[in-house]
Amino acid sequence: MAKLSRLARLGLTPDELAELETQLADIIGAVSKLSQADISQVDPTSQVGGLTNAMRQDEVAPGLSAEEALANAPTTEAGLLRVPAIQ
Amino acid sequence: MSLLQEPIAELARRLRRREVSAGELAQASFDAIGSADERLGAFLRTTRESAAAQAEAADRRLRDDPDGAGPLCGIPVAYKDVLCTKGVETTAASRILAGFVPPYSATPVRRLEEAGAVGVGKLNCDEFAMGSSNENSAYQQTRNPFDLGRVPGGSSGGSAVAVAARFACATLGSDTGGSIRLPASFCGVVGVKPSYGRVSRYGLIAFASSLDQVGPLTKTVEDAALVLQVIAGRDDHDSTTTPAPVGDLRELLHAGVAGMRLGVPQQYLEMQLDPGVRAVFEQAAAGLEEAGATLVPVSLPSTEYALAAYYVIAPAEVSSNLARMDGVRFGPGFAAARDLTEAYEEARHRGFGPEVRRRIALGTYVLSSGYYDAYYLRAQKVRTLVAQDFERVFQEVDALISPTAPTAAFPLGERVGDPLAMYATDILTLPANLAGISGISVPAGFAEGLPVGLQVLGPYLGEATCFRVAAAVEEQADVWRVLPEPEGPG
Repeated sequence: MAKLSRLARLGLTPDELAELETQLADIIGAVSKLSQADISQVDPTSQVGGLTNAMRQDEVAPGLSAEEALANAPTTEAGLLRVPAIQ
Repeated sequence: MSLLQEPIAELARRLRRREVSAGELAQASFDAIGSADERLGAFLRTTRESAAAQAEAADRRLRDDPDGAGPLCGIPVAYKDVLCTKGVETTAASRILAGFVPPYSATPVRRLEEAGAVGVGKLNCDEFAMGSSNENSAYQQTRNPFDLGRVPGGSSGGSAVAVAARFACATLGSDTGGSIRLPASFCGVVGVKPSYGRVSRYGLIAFASSLDQVGPLTKTVEDAALVLQVIAGRDDHDSTTTPAPVGDLRELLHAGVAGMRLGVPQQYLEMQLDPGVRAVFEQAAAGLEEAGATLVPVSLPSTEYALAAYYVIAPAEVSSNLARMDGVRFGPGFAAARDLTEAYEEARHRGFGPEVRRRIALGTYVLSSGYYDAYYLRAQKVRTLVAQDFERVFQEVDALISPTAPTAAFPLGERVGDPLAMYATDILTLPANLAGISGISVPAGFAEGLPVGLQVLGPYLGEATCFRVAAAVEEQADVWRVLPEPEGPG
């Protein structure tokens, strides 16, 4: 559970981890029902609607300015995002 | 009586006859919100200034070009807060997006604005649309207008309440496993989940991208068709939108159901349904039969696995989609972090509520090496089985009918501590998302004073058929004019 929290960058406290562990065990127990389904004859579905390779002309179109794209960032510097160092 | 009690087509006529102006309709909307939304909690924020400008433009258009202006010109609408609105804060009811002001509008919002609709505000929902009761909003509890001690349903609870309370003529919601149809059923309004790809998801804050669809909530079936007509269709900004033409969605609205074959999924009726819900459904079904439809019992054998498949696939997509919520490009930031990992953890820990954390953790688990085949891949194969069930029955019947949910609106707090009970709320709606087909919930009656919806499921791109059946239910039930008279603690 601690590993999951780390992988997903959830930053959970020990108490939160303990509660989530119980709940996930219940949910995973319930979805394990999937093991009873006969899936021997079918392919997986990842997308519905039947579209494949939606293509378009590669044309330049107006988009957001850098200023607009950065407008919601909590810390920026010289037109760039500013974040703490990667350790 | 409130002006907003009238159907959209009637208001469109009055606008053209100058009996009412778009400005007056917007004012009626804000008056209604002002007098009742403190109790109901549907709106996260209202947009008076932009509404005034939009109403003025609509009135000008109705004066200069009444024939060119469409039926939505001057009509007050509102948007679930998962839809980006340019220049208007959009939070998805999450702390992690507090203060986020989108630099662009979602395509469905933009299309309504271009049609002259007047946006009056942003509506509460479950955080990132994850929930069935609106109890997962980080900001406020939306209450059911028919009983303030009960949930409005979710996740598009604010969208359903705003229509039920006549705060707006139409709202947009999003439906990933039932999030439009369920609150529509609980609040006595019409709610449409279009086929996957019918409506653009551009500017919709993603929950589960292979399941999400934007759709309308309205008082009447015709109103829903009018709104879907405007928002539907191919969009260059969303490559999963279908190029198939939308057609006239009102074409079959008054065709009646005589000669139609309507399937009744046996597995849905074998579930534990509230007796009042079952009674309303049976009466509506009998009414359709009297109107000339043939009811055909049909089997959807994979139904028993649909919930499990959904609660693997949706969280898997959540864990990946919500990785972008890292506090770097939007959100409140990370004051105390020493390094980037700590910054992410700080932003996400402060920003996400319990249900969102649960789904991210679950999704991370089912996608992790060693579990991928047993859960995610298997769920995707079960998804194929669910879709094949529908394909098979739609060769025999024109549409399916069922209750929208096993119960009417449940009391606040009843399912909060029990995620599995909350998830089971969507048991009758989520198979349609897995298969990508069209669906609608239409008010069919009341059980102990609470609204009960009937669900119509149509084939892929079968929206006009859904509207046809739903219109017949609406006519027979004759309940859409009933206004809530809330009781209980306010």
